[in-house]
Amino acid sequence: MIPAAFDYVRAGSASEAIAALAEHGDEAKLLAGGHSLIPLMRFRLARPAVVVDIGRLDDLKYIRDAGDHVAIGALTRHRDVETSELVANRAGLLGEVTSHVGDPQVRHRGTIGGAVAHGDPASDIPSALIALGATLVAAGPQGTREISVDDFFTGFLETALGDDELLTEVRIPATDGARWGFEKFNRRAQDWAIVGVSAVVRAGGEAGVGLVNMDSRPVRAAAVESAVAGGASAAEAAELAAVGCDPTEDLNASVEYRQHLARVLTRRALETAGL
Amino acid sequence: MEISVTINGTTHTHDVEPRTLLVHYIRDVVGLTGTNIGCDTSSCGACTIHINGESVKSCTVFAVQADGDDLLTIEGLAEGETLHPMQESFRQCHALQCGYCTPGMVMAAVSLLDENPDPTDREVRLGLEGNLCRCTGYHNIVKAVLHCAAGGEQ
Repeated sequence: MIPAAFDYVRAGSASEAIAALAEHGDEAKLLAGGHSLIPLMRFRLARPAVVVDIGRLDDLKYIRDAGDHVAIGALTRHRDVETSELVANRAGLLGEVTSHVGDPQVRHRGTIGGAVAHGDPASDIPSALIALGATLVAAGPQGTREISVDDFFTGFLETALGDDELLTEVRIPATDGARWGFEKFNRRAQDWAIVGVSAVVRAGGEAGVGLVNMDSRPVRAAAVESAVAGGASAAEAAELAAVGCDPTEDLNASVEYRQHLARVLTRRALETAGL
Repeated sequence: MEISVTINGTTHTHDVEPRTLLVHYIRDVVGLTGTNIGCDTSSCGACTIHINGESVKSCTVFAVQADGDDLLTIEGLAEGETLHPMQESFRQCHALQCGYCTPGMVMAAVSLLDENPDPTDREVRLGLEGNLCRCTGYHNIVKAVLHCAAGGEQ
């Protein structure tokens, strides 16, 4: 299918992109790799009047060691995250999770910032960012601000980003010495997770657990994390994986089945993470 | 909007609507119809081409995004009458039935070996995850990619 017509603006800098957003408000959509937006536009589920292409902002394509965290430019492609030695050494969970996004062609185009800003509860990457306790950096007309990943996802395909804000960087606290596990359950190759779980167990024994497709937005399995902090085993903690979650029912799974998957996959992910 | 893209070594300049998908540009404007359209949902990989040397689904890219880029389609793979080693491997291993997925499958496979020249069977299967063969002829496709990686010929 062919998307509805739109005006195309190619931003030459982050400030040009922000100015275009400020001018057009919620009529405009940012286009990075396009692998979330273009499918929606083809089905005409999204019909932005203005598309602001930020795909050529090369100064937002980087992976840097920033001491206590790894800083990743929002326009860094999945392929570059997946193959980064720095990510593998200091934020291994993110590298592993990224290697499960879509398929190779998708990872050649899709970006970390695009995946996060899209706010899809079925996306894999947000679960890793939640488990790792990431911080998102947004730039707008008033300057930049940092947003904790726990405040970022506000609803179905909704985030804390303002209409005139551009996600510029993802900061991952370094997890040297941590162990981690990622479990993704789907029925077909390359498909979205029916349920997925990212888990990290840090050197001190503290766990971080993020869930895919267990609510209208990416969510933290807080009850599991508390149980681990209280000395629970992987099996005991995982029993609490669906607590507080409100998953949907669809063709793939009932609510009960998703809750079951969350418990089983969380146990496996925690065990892989050495708990 | 005017764009200029290099496809198989030839530079093309056209005025396109921003909503024109790259696959439609390649097929309908430039006239290279070897790249197929399969699913319209970014799933099947029939429209796989290379942009700047990497496999991409051309149904999920606007032509305006490819402005200035270097593209390779299935038509640009062979050298005259001499098939690319991957095409030759597909031929030798009978890695096609109806042939509809073949152009995308070959382009994805070439990109896969560029990134991982000596893949395992499992790595080939994962690497071709984004390409569907509705004849379900995967076994020989995997064989062909491994055959090509091993140097081709018998």
